[in-house]
Amino acid sequence: MLLNAFVLALRTIRRNLLRSFLTILGIVIGVASVIAMVMLGEGTTAHVTNSITKLGSNMLIILPGQERRGPTRGGDNFKPFDFHDVEALKQEITALRAVTTSEAKSINAVFGNTNYSTTVYGVDNDYFVIKDWDMEKGRKFSASELGSGKAVCIIGKSIQKELFNNLDPLQADIRLEKFSCKVIGLLQSKGAAAFGQDQDDVILIPLKIFQRRISGNKTDISSILVSMKEGVSTQRVQQEIKLLMRERRHIKEGEEDDFNIRDMKDIIETLSSTTQMLTMLLGAVAAISLIVGGIGIMNIMLVSVTERTREIGIRLAIGALEREVLTQFLVESVVLSSIGGIIGIVLGISITAVVTSVFEIPFIFSQNIVAVAFIFFMMVGIVFGYFPARKAAKMNPIDALRYE
Amino acid sequence: MSSTTPLICLKAIKKSYGEGEAKTYALRGVDVEFFEGEFVAIMGSSGSGKSTMMNIIGCLDYPTQGEYFFEGVNVATLNRNQISLLRRNFMGFIFQGFNLLARTSALENVELPLIYRGMKAAQRRAKSLEALDRVGLSHVAHHQPSQLSGGQQQRVAIARALVTQPLIILADEPTGNLDTQNSLEVMKLLQKLNCEGITIIMVTHEPDMAQFAQKSVMFKDGCIEKIVENPHAS
Repeated sequence: MLLNAFVLALRTIRRNLLRSFLTILGIVIGVASVIAMVMLGEGTTAHVTNSITKLGSNMLIILPGQERRGPTRGGDNFKPFDFHDVEALKQEITALRAVTTSEAKSINAVFGNTNYSTTVYGVDNDYFVIKDWDMEKGRKFSASELGSGKAVCIIGKSIQKELFNNLDPLQADIRLEKFSCKVIGLLQSKGAAAFGQDQDDVILIPLKIFQRRISGNKTDISSILVSMKEGVSTQRVQQEIKLLMRERRHIKEGEEDDFNIRDMKDIIETLSSTTQMLTMLLGAVAAISLIVGGIGIMNIMLVSVTERTREIGIRLAIGALEREVLTQFLVESVVLSSIGGIIGIVLGISITAVVTSVFEIPFIFSQNIVAVAFIFFMMVGIVFGYFPARKAAKMNPIDALRYE
Repeated sequence: MSSTTPLICLKAIKKSYGEGEAKTYALRGVDVEFFEGEFVAIMGSSGSGKSTMMNIIGCLDYPTQGEYFFEGVNVATLNRNQISLLRRNFMGFIFQGFNLLARTSALENVELPLIYRGMKAAQRRAKSLEALDRVGLSHVAHHQPSQLSGGQQQRVAIARALVTQPLIILADEPTGNLDTQNSLEVMKLLQKLNCEGITIIMVTHEPDMAQFAQKSVMFKDGCIEKIVENPHAS
């Protein structure tokens, strides 16, 4: 009997090619879009989280001024740090792996006739440790270059592209505002950061020359970046830095700190909650796709209900049992929905694979969403294929025959 | 014939639609017996209840009151499956509107009742082609209903009804949608089937077509007005 039902179902599918095709198409689009949407969403989320983690997960930033939420009040004029603070941190706190500054300023860099606006950073060699950044070509700063503030620079890949047209920039002299500066190194490419800014669009120069020739202020440092060694307690290190800085800044007992220490982990956590929102948004989009796709399939099934009711009337009149008719329609729905579902899964995964490779997003396979989409659309296909048939098969045959 | 059990026996059959004041009777108490081998025409104007009675005989519809015995079995005691099996094994239907499956070849339409009988594919095909041959349509076996004329479609429906070699063929206005030429062909076909022993009950409002039957049952306002024997019928 099941074989009969199968034969009859396949005949119906073949006979009603357009209807079958539309049903399959509805399921294919539904399944594929849900799978692609969610898997791309998860890939993007992973990508964002990954980029955030790259900022440095065991990094602290020391800033002058009291910790506060909300906008800074004008008139607050806290004492900045200076070079000796950096040296002291390096020498006295052993749990630190690297300590550096990252004074920054937007500036016009000129080479020959080319003019390019970028950001210049005043740093020392610990900067490369903290940023986990290596040279593609050339070298880092030497001790004497750092000590004397010699006019040398290390440039990012974007600068090489914009100013040197991707030619070898080493030993060339570029002009940064008022002074000329020799290129001694080229950084490896880091690509775009989480929020799209180009991390390769940088020029690094020794802190000393930055202070002297760019910020115009010979000693001030506005922030200090420190990177902790693996496995040390963040709280203990923060406490040590706090004690040291209080001592160096002559803060009496009972007075509040006039600096604050920020943990990158807190920032990462904030950003992670943003990506979680992103995932929720994608879930909502997927749910809408499910509903829209489901309604599409439902419509196709319901449009043909008149014709099918009459067909069921004919079948009953020539002696089909109710359950034979129902089995046939159930098999038909299952076959159509499975074909659609399988094509949809293949298509959805293919789309995801193509898009992830084009946009360099990690490809994250989620069997959950594949299962959810497949089962959901199977159910929709089966329910709307089967239940109108069930209703028709329960009628008096004559009513089904005359159904309009 | 009258010595045996009637094939079909209707006792005080009533059929009503609606409730209360809106209640209308399609049949107001019909008593009739048909025997095996008969060719009966059921005549009457539109709304006289002839089609309703036909549907009740075919178990496509159920009486509101009264009893219907098929070969002595009270149909009211059968469940839906048993009634389906009754139709499957003993009855063939021909409808005014043909009621062929759309986008399905003539051959597949004729095969359909045999599929439900569980017949093997090869045998099914041979029998169906034979049935199509009997109605003179073997050359269009693979055409779909939309490619056939009305007369051809009705002959496909006849082939579908006769392919199972039923005990009885119920024809509801089989010539209603056909021209005279096709009507006559269909009637000759039915007459031939009757000669082979198949009982035929046919609803029609055309006296010309009723001439082919052995007797005519005249309906009026939901009751049988009279039964006329037809001496001309062969």
